[in-house]
Amino acid sequence: MSGNWSWEIFMDALPYVSKGLGITVGLTLSCFLFALVFGFVWLLLRNTPFRIINWFFTWVMEFIRSTPPLVQLFFIFFAWPALPVIGVSLSPFVAAILGLGVHFSTYVGEVYRSGIESVDSGQWEAAKALNYSAKDKWFKIILPQAIPPTIPMLGNYFIILFKEVPLASTIGVVGILQLAQNYGSKTFNYLEPLTIVAILFLILSYPSALLIKKLELKMNRRFEKKDA
Amino acid sequence: MTEPIVSFQDVHKSFGDIDVLKGINLDIKPAEKVALIGPSGSGKTTVIRMLMTLEEPTSGDIYVQDQNLWKMKKKDKWVRANEKHLRSVRGDIGMVFQHFNLFPHMTVLENCMSAPIHVQKVSKKEAKERSLEMLKKVGLGDRLDNFPSQLSGGQKQRVAMARALVMRPKVMLFDEVTSALDPELVGEVLEVIRNIAEEGEMAMILVTHEMDFALDVADRVIFLDDGVIAENGTPKDVIEHSQNERLQSFLHRFRSN
Repeated sequence: MSGNWSWEIFMDALPYVSKGLGITVGLTLSCFLFALVFGFVWLLLRNTPFRIINWFFTWVMEFIRSTPPLVQLFFIFFAWPALPVIGVSLSPFVAAILGLGVHFSTYVGEVYRSGIESVDSGQWEAAKALNYSAKDKWFKIILPQAIPPTIPMLGNYFIILFKEVPLASTIGVVGILQLAQNYGSKTFNYLEPLTIVAILFLILSYPSALLIKKLELKMNRRFEKKDA
Repeated sequence: MTEPIVSFQDVHKSFGDIDVLKGINLDIKPAEKVALIGPSGSGKTTVIRMLMTLEEPTSGDIYVQDQNLWKMKKKDKWVRANEKHLRSVRGDIGMVFQHFNLFPHMTVLENCMSAPIHVQKVSKKEAKERSLEMLKKVGLGDRLDNFPSQLSGGQKQRVAMARALVMRPKVMLFDEVTSALDPELVGEVLEVIRNIAEEGEMAMILVTHEMDFALDVADRVIFLDDGVIAENGTPKDVIEHSQNERLQSFLHRFRSN
């Protein structure tokens, strides 16, 4: 009978749904890694010596940010293969990494930009006055100051991304949500498997949120006395 | 006569429509201490910022020893200097800023050691020895492991001086280094500058509003007014014998308060 809560069904569905955890977490991590790397690409594309190129990619980034990730997923998975010449057929998992990864990379790119802009112009001048090479200027002076303040923001996007990952079930990535749905359509019991999905998301995202809070506090206190 | 270590030749600089410098000609000898004074907006800071390559001249030439700072030769033609050329010339110049610009993510000691290690490629051991010596000289030998945020303004500025000095520049630029300090902290910073000046090895260009100090420490005073050098001479000459009315009224303002 469906509709009433049953611990028996719960215990039966738990291992079945949990099998999808690897995919869900793996997809989250892959998308995030992709976004972290591709965020830098946006930064570079928007800071070329050519204003038209910068302007163009700023616009592209804005476009990607302003359209729903679900539409982008559908486009990459269903529409892209149909395009002449550049059309490529992707596996659901790869399409999901690409779709969600690119979407979130636009946020990450903005986070990087704000981090770099938060570094005082005097720091660039001091680096020049001390005659640092371009590479050392970035890696010894600018990035060590630009990155720490972005970590809480990046962490928040990580959790948001984690919660968006079930979108990938719409193109056939079998994560925990898809498995819960499969379980439901086989047994006509939806309540327990979907509750499990909710619990699993909570178990994973809440501690992550706490961890980010802690990181944030640590970042705020980072330049205090070493020898207190 | 000794070769100048820095030479400005008809240097102009404009920001947009505003002509800040209208033809600066200036030679500075090795080990010479020069005070650059003048009303705000007269372009004093711009002069030394161009020498530090933080600002590019609109026209004219700046020589450091016998190298043209902002131009380089490419196939017998003078072209705009690239970063590689600027790096090769600017190594002899050091600068202390009004707002310190210490690296907040490094301790006092790391602030001093970083550039010698990464830029001059000296050993860690030598960088540390040099840094300790300089920090002791500026009176901060006991604050090595502090971060800049834990120091007073005067201490920050003294660290900034040590950081510039460990690079052993031939020319040191001081850009209104006491202007951002609380009045009671000005003295300790000036004291350090005086000590450095008395050692005598480096050329120093001081942009400053500390008039009495400038006249005391400097070998030469340059009064910049409306984008040109209006007076140029020993402190005694400039103060006592100048007929320049603008300079007299400028000095008068400092005397009266």
